[in-house]
Amino acid sequence: MARLIIMGGGVSGHTAATFAKKYLGKKHEVIVVTPNSKWNWIPSNIWVGVGEMTSDEVTFPLAPVYKKAGIDYRQAKAVSIHPEGKSDSDDAYITIEYTSEDKAGESEELTYDYLINATGPKLNFGATPGLGEGTNLGNHTVSVCTADHATHANLELKSCIEKMKNGERQTFLIGTGHGMCTCQGAAFEYIFNIEKTLTDAGVRDMADIKWISNESFLGDFGMGGIHFSMGGYATSSKIFSESLYAERGLDWIIGAHVNKVEAGIAHYELLDGSMGSQEFDFAMLIPPFAGVGLKAYAKDGSDITDTIFAPNGFMKVDANYGAGAYENWSASDWPSTLQNPTYSNMFAVGIAFAPPHPISKPMTTPNGTMIVPTPPRTGMPSAMMGKAVTLSICDMILNGTTEPTHTANMSQMGAACVASAGKGLFTGTAAAMTVYPIVPDFEKYPGVGRDMNGTTGELGLAAHWVKHILHHIFIWKAKLKPGWTLIPE
Amino acid sequence: MAEKHLGHIEPYSAQFGTMIPMGGQKFFRTCVLWQLVRFVAINIRMTILILKSHH
Repeated sequence: MARLIIMGGGVSGHTAATFAKKYLGKKHEVIVVTPNSKWNWIPSNIWVGVGEMTSDEVTFPLAPVYKKAGIDYRQAKAVSIHPEGKSDSDDAYITIEYTSEDKAGESEELTYDYLINATGPKLNFGATPGLGEGTNLGNHTVSVCTADHATHANLELKSCIEKMKNGERQTFLIGTGHGMCTCQGAAFEYIFNIEKTLTDAGVRDMADIKWISNESFLGDFGMGGIHFSMGGYATSSKIFSESLYAERGLDWIIGAHVNKVEAGIAHYELLDGSMGSQEFDFAMLIPPFAGVGLKAYAKDGSDITDTIFAPNGFMKVDANYGAGAYENWSASDWPSTLQNPTYSNMFAVGIAFAPPHPISKPMTTPNGTMIVPTPPRTGMPSAMMGKAVTLSICDMILNGTTEPTHTANMSQMGAACVASAGKGLFTGTAAAMTVYPIVPDFEKYPGVGRDMNGTTGELGLAAHWVKHILHHIFIWKAKLKPGWTLIPE
Repeated sequence: MAEKHLGHIEPYSAQFGTMIPMGGQKFFRTCVLWQLVRFVAINIRMTILILKSHH
């Protein structure tokens, strides 16, 4: 009997665990270690953040789903990895610390034959003074990163709406809270939902809504921008995004590293080195992500964290980490098998793997501050990585293969993104975007780096319908309801 | 009636330098019949994307 441990129960970890159990059956063990008691369809947190959905509509308890599937679920956080075992045993193991109410604080060692790191990010609010402390959101801004955060954001939003109805003008600041953030897409969707909510509440004329982000141009999205095939033109996402903002009367500040947040004011540095401040009544600023802080130890107890993890805390995989300057970057730098180069029974998927470098061109201010969006690797690519790695591990366990048999390379896979503007079936318009590949390949697709047959963007109600359908089918799939394997990642 | 769609743009502001949708474009975005066609098209595109992405 082989034992596979998956650290993390988010999109990639849950995908990996459920397919692993399906393929490995009862003869082998699948254990999920996650500190969370609920699964969250994160894309719909945006609707929670404007009161269109409740927290319960975007989450469900993991325990019954894993019980039904025969997956051993430990509500705990992984603390350390010991890939060589310890002095009296060669069995690799991890240490975990329970977070469930009945066992809170208890520690345990779990041996493994294969390990998937799908821990997702640490929400590093503490990286920006005033944004929060460590992983905790501060008092000055709101967040939509978790369902609970989004619920809180909606309460703050409703409070602002009441003030506007009483004649008090309000300023909304939406975007990224640090120069090294990712997930611009979530903030992008949120600002349009805020605008739609205020319009529907009849208070749009009392609101100033402003975007602030670390993108060097609007529409960078952490992917170095995208060219969409639109109306016979290869249209830059800069024009696409600027048009969306201009249509709705939204202002923007780009190339900004938010370096301090105080009550009602955000301070920032721009790419040209100038400093500025923006007052706000309501601010949703995405925090930067970091690894969750796992440690790793060798058999003799020495610390090998630096061997297994990159300095940002994400796990090293089969990427080219020595590419150097932007001019030397290539699509081939990106990992395919997501296998750790030191320990072949260890893999990392989703946000947990260390990218070789950003996708967007790094830029530094005259003051030496680096401002660059970090690569997005959530949602669809995250799930595809989880499944590919699981299939490789299943082949290793069931068929004795020694090398990974499946790949999920972001320079060879696409992503679909639907950004809503409201939730109505007949009102509001969403943006539906497809990108292929996620990481531009300028050798294969000279000029814009992407296949113009697979990279498209359009606005309309149809995208709203798609967003609704995605919400329901992915929660259906995650609950392992009939036909779940037929729903693609 | 173009002013209805463009009246909020300030000359020489950042918003002045990009394309702004006008009546026809906005109409088709919420025209249910046209959007049914686009719904099918988006789903086909996404399916092709998924098929190309699995290795």
